[in-house]
Amino acid sequence: MNPHAVQFQSDAGRLAADLTHRQRIQSAMAKYGAARGPRQALFRDWQEGRQTAAETKWAGLNQLDEHLVAFEKNATARGTQVHWTSTSEQARQVIVDILQRHRAQRIVKSKVMTSEEIHLNQLLESLGFQVVESDLGEYIQQLKGEPPYHFVFPCMHLSREEISDLFENHLGTAQTHDPEELTMIARRVLRQKYIEADVGITGANFLVAETGMVSITENEGNARLTAALPRVMITLVGIEKILPRLSDLALFLPMLATAGTGQPLTCYNTMYGGPRQPGEVDGPEEWHVVLLDNNRTTLLADPEQRDALHCIRCGACLNVCPIFKNVGGFSYGTTYQGPIGSVITPHLRGLQDWKHLSGASTLCGACTETCPVKIDLHHHLLHNRRNGVQQGGSRGEGLLWRAFAFLMNHPRLYGLAVRLGRLAQPLQNMIAGEALDPLQAWTKTRELPELAPQSFREFWKNHRPALPQDQRRSS
Amino acid sequence: MTERDKILQRIRLALKNPAPMPGAHGSATGLRAARTAAESARDWLPQVGPSPGDWMTLFTKHCSDLKTEIVVVGDAAAAQEQLRRLALAEQWQRVATHGAGEAAEAAGALGLPVLSTDGGYDAKELEACDAGISGCDALIAQTGSILLTARSGGGRALSVLPPHHVVVARREQLVPDLPAAFAWLHHCYGPADWPSMMTLITGPSRTGDIERILVLGAHGPKKLTVLVY
Repeated sequence: MNPHAVQFQSDAGRLAADLTHRQRIQSAMAKYGAARGPRQALFRDWQEGRQTAAETKWAGLNQLDEHLVAFEKNATARGTQVHWTSTSEQARQVIVDILQRHRAQRIVKSKVMTSEEIHLNQLLESLGFQVVESDLGEYIQQLKGEPPYHFVFPCMHLSREEISDLFENHLGTAQTHDPEELTMIARRVLRQKYIEADVGITGANFLVAETGMVSITENEGNARLTAALPRVMITLVGIEKILPRLSDLALFLPMLATAGTGQPLTCYNTMYGGPRQPGEVDGPEEWHVVLLDNNRTTLLADPEQRDALHCIRCGACLNVCPIFKNVGGFSYGTTYQGPIGSVITPHLRGLQDWKHLSGASTLCGACTETCPVKIDLHHHLLHNRRNGVQQGGSRGEGLLWRAFAFLMNHPRLYGLAVRLGRLAQPLQNMIAGEALDPLQAWTKTRELPELAPQSFREFWKNHRPALPQDQRRSS
Repeated sequence: MTERDKILQRIRLALKNPAPMPGAHGSATGLRAARTAAESARDWLPQVGPSPGDWMTLFTKHCSDLKTEIVVVGDAAAAQEQLRRLALAEQWQRVATHGAGEAAEAAGALGLPVLSTDGGYDAKELEACDAGISGCDALIAQTGSILLTARSGGGRALSVLPPHHVVVARREQLVPDLPAAFAWLHHCYGPADWPSMMTLITGPSRTGDIERILVLGAHGPKKLTVLVY
């Protein structure tokens, strides 16, 4: 097995048995469910809205090249500098070049999942830049030295006590278990960071081709400050985020808010159309939009799973997923967790290394049902499983399936195998769950049912009524 | 070949194989032009009543859910009076505003030192102001939102840096829903006169990052007040 799969199994096994962890996730997700249900019910026709959202994204992707070119043209016309990058490395280089050209030292970031994807912080810190995450959850995770646990709720696995300890250790603040006081501590620290920062880095939720704008959705106001105060602003965004028209946001913004957090609209939905324009009083002098491919075109080239690029990163599929609720966000080992992460990571980072995530699913379809842009998530998990086998499955597993098929096609041999199994079971029972047990993966946490003393085949042999010849012929 | 050309080439190559239309279960591949989100948005977005009275009721209800203070008064003088009461109650020492419209007039009538963002400003001074008083482009009944831009809101930071954001709006600025708000943006600034920042503000700044418990004033204002006359 590849190391990622081994890590996943071990982490998932440990966290699924960690009752405190599970209780925290369940309680957070219950709050999500309670907020979302009534909000969604206010839509006149949620299903029709989903269909239109999916069609809008689909139509946008069908002309992705034209829309990106239009975005670039319209953005450039207003003084925005657009950079195209194929790989993580290119994106990092473009950003480092901008920072060095401006002799930047202090950088403030609002939530940028794409920067987690290209491991930007590690590089910038190693080059001596001071990087501060300004989203509260991301800031807490940065202090903790951990990646985000959930791409919408980055520190949902932490208790207020743990956050208080973290602040005490890193900021020297007094202990408090009041979420409001904890938030105010971060507010005080981060306010100075915006004012002092040389460069602000943001992500983006949508790119609007029609007007060359970037739309950013957030609750805290940290992205608005990041885009207002530093002299230079950099926005790192995946190429799939394109929407054809500005007015498309009239649907996507409320859908994102409803599916993501159960709000009518997220607190701030801001459309940026350039750096500071003539006659304006503030905003950056320079704005760079870095368009990132990083294997999104690989996913685009697969028409079967192309709709995974419709994703608006609301996180709803994580919130309803029984696997996510049991194994938590870190087990995945990916930038994007949950069902959407399991679907896209094999395309972004290699099928053979990440196909195991598609196996970790009950295929219940809750993700597909909840997705506001109708991504066929649970079928894509099946597609990944199939592709994983076709493009080089495990030899042992292949052998096992062939042996099983052979057995099923040879009734006598099957009968013999069952009798042997019955003999072997008492022996296996003695070592059940231990290292020597060949069925340990199952018996470690479960009991194996006893094989029946008599198979149906054997039973039928003794109990078959002797039917008269003519009756059998007529049937 | 530039990276731009390489990416565009990969996209064009990838798109040679059409993807099935969503919901068609693989049976249709781009046979009909997709509807646009905006064209039929009113068929599925949350319901808004037909009259401006309904819109005001809905807007007010959203404000109370969102913890936005809303005060509806008869005229500009009454709005100024409300602002004066707010300034007294919260003991404001200095306020920030912009332009020469209703917001600036109301701020000026307070008799307090006023920082105007019109000619640029020092971020530390703006941060030290007790309130940012701005105008807006529209109020949206469907979501309880305030639509403002770098132009109508005195720049990017006035509405987000001071701890209390006060919006002075006229009754006729209330629009029913999001499609109407975007149509209004196009009307005001399209096709090519867009302010560099346009934002929909829905309640005071908030976070639920700590145990999913709502806290107001994460980074932006802790208080948001809408004065409508």
